[in-house]
Amino acid sequence: MSADANDGLSRRGFLAISAATLGGVMLAPGIRLIEIAGARAPEQSVSRQVRWGLLIDTNKCAPGCDDCVKACATENGLKDTGHPRTDAQWIRKVELKDMRTGRANSVPVMCQHCEHPPCVDVCPTGASFKRADGIVLVDRHICIGCRYCIMACPYKARSIVFEAITDQNPDVPRGNGCAEGCTLCVHRIDRDQQPACVEACTKAGHNAMFFGDLNDPHSEIAQRVAKYASTQIRADFKLNPGVRYQGL
Amino acid sequence: MAEYLIYHELGGPSRRFWSLLGLLAVPLALAAIAYFYMEHYGHIVTGMDNQIVWGMPHVFAVFLIIAATGALNIAMAASVFGKAVYRPVAPLSALVSLALLAGGLALVMLDLGRSDRMVVAAMQLNPESLLSRRVIFYDGYMASVGVYMWFLLEPRMNRYVKPVAIVAFLWQLLLITSTGLEFGFNFRAVYDSVLYAPMFIAFSSAYGAAALILILLAACGWEGRDVSGELLRRLKNWLGVSVGASLFFAILFLGTKYELVRSRDVARFLLFDGGVYTALLWLGQIALGGVVPLALLLRSRLSRSGIAAAAAMVLLGGLAQMYVTLIGGQAYPQILFPGMIESSSYFDGEIHPYAPSLVEVLLGLGGVALAASIVAIVLRAIALLPERLDPPAKPQA
Ligand code: SF4
Ligand code: SF4
Repeated sequence: MSADANDGLSRRGFLAISAATLGGVMLAPGIRLIEIAGARAPEQSVSRQVRWGLLIDTNKCAPGCDDCVKACATENGLKDTGHPRTDAQWIRKVELKDMRTGRANSVPVMCQHCEHPPCVDVCPTGASFKRADGIVLVDRHICIGCRYCIMACPYKARSIVFEAITDQNPDVPRGNGCAEGCTLCVHRIDRDQQPACVEACTKAGHNAMFFGDLNDPHSEIAQRVAKYASTQIRADFKLNPGVRYQGL
Repeated sequence: MAEYLIYHELGGPSRRFWSLLGLLAVPLALAAIAYFYMEHYGHIVTGMDNQIVWGMPHVFAVFLIIAATGALNIAMAASVFGKAVYRPVAPLSALVSLALLAGGLALVMLDLGRSDRMVVAAMQLNPESLLSRRVIFYDGYMASVGVYMWFLLEPRMNRYVKPVAIVAFLWQLLLITSTGLEFGFNFRAVYDSVLYAPMFIAFSSAYGAAALILILLAACGWEGRDVSGELLRRLKNWLGVSVGASLFFAILFLGTKYELVRSRDVARFLLFDGGVYTALLWLGQIALGGVVPLALLLRSRLSRSGIAAAAAMVLLGGLAQMYVTLIGGQAYPQILFPGMIESSSYFDGEIHPYAPSLVEVLLGLGGVALAASIVAIVLRAIALLPERLDPPAKPQA
């Protein structure tokens, strides 16, 4: 479908590494790489050259902290209805404990914005779709609520809305009976802002989340991915998620 | 050819027929109420939640769809493989298949989160999606079975029955295999096994034959007619072989899940500590739907009521199987981090509870009633029942 969106780790890794070396030499001190990544012309905002992604440094993510989860709820108008089993959750903190070593970790999990998204493969109407820049979304106008995407997603990233919704955030339309999931705050990205979760994590001083263009060798995220060992959740499924984890 | 095959409509006094329809209208009306209730309040009134997103209506729907593809087997045996003994009931076999499929698909539609947008599914087909490919398979299947039925019943077209039957057979194979693979290709731990494809073929053969036998016996009982002993014996054996194959694949599936270390936990869940799913697997799917009817069917002399009882057990066991497969498959946690204990506000790492609500059960039963009503009405309106149910004297296409 979109092999062009990501040509695999090796080429990107190579580009990122060479760019990182060059960047270190050529950039004036004080200019942050991420600002260059964000400085695209508006008409380039949805481009196949871009692959938006997240990097989560689990060493910095504190157990019990849910700043990202709260920020997501506020930004996207997700309210607690008092029915936790049916409420939508776009991002959640998963507490982990290694069965053999006892090592504990706490990681935020949201839609992984897969390069080969099974949710898109199964959707009968095309409501579930991947944007050219790698963001996987649901078009609430044509979703028929079949829930097949929820069955197909291996990351439990999708929810279905069980009740009528009031007081919506105009930027983030939601609908009773429709599927939904993390949009990577696409409405903010298109305004050159960071996703709400990343912003909240940074603001609180945790600095555990990085957002950026994985395809852009100058971006902080690409450089970090090139420099540090990172993993994808269930990499064995070969879906090539755009969300990467460091320190797992 | 086939002069001895004269078909006629379902007879009997019309008052009796109308009371049958009146009886069937009760579950249909209840299902309609259930649907509007769900449609009005949203799926919050069902037992489903964001972990168990496909509930009881899907259990019935997938069961009916699986049975539908299998119900055609008898017709295919007659028209593709030349088994003349089944020729008299070939049109009935095709009708039961279409009716069960209609019941199952209606349930899929009515259980949509946005069933008001049903047409969107037809207008906006995403050609790359698995499910849309299924929609095409359904259409192809229904069209080819329809043409096949017409050729069967129209004497002038009779000689072209075989090629048309082969086309229907290929669609049937495509439909049942893709249904099985949809589970087989899913990442969830209970699924994720290509054995789903052959296993679903066996299941469909058993459920379809059981449904056909019950409907045949009911239709003949309705008019006080006898089914030929030979036909019944063959149908009984067919059901027996299908139930045996279903058991074989189920055991192979569970056994391989258990043997492979990576899937042992999920096999343990199904086999030993899955609570209601374990109980339904052993008592419902294996005992009631498998071992007991198989023991009955293996007897060389089995009365009509014995055969009917075995068929009914196979169907009940089939519903249990579908519940274990669909609900159990969702109840078992999705593993994001193998080797780690997971917990979260989204119930990661937990077995998810589910209790079907009344509306879901009523909707599901409505799908069964819809299939039964279609069979009753079409049998009354169109001459599909053979005048004689004896085996024909000579082989035919
Ligand atoms: S994480 Fe799930 S919802 Fe998100 S793109 Fe992948 S399959 Fe789709
Ligand atoms: S629930 Fe909506 S987005 Fe998901 S597969 Fe069905 S139609 Fe597509």
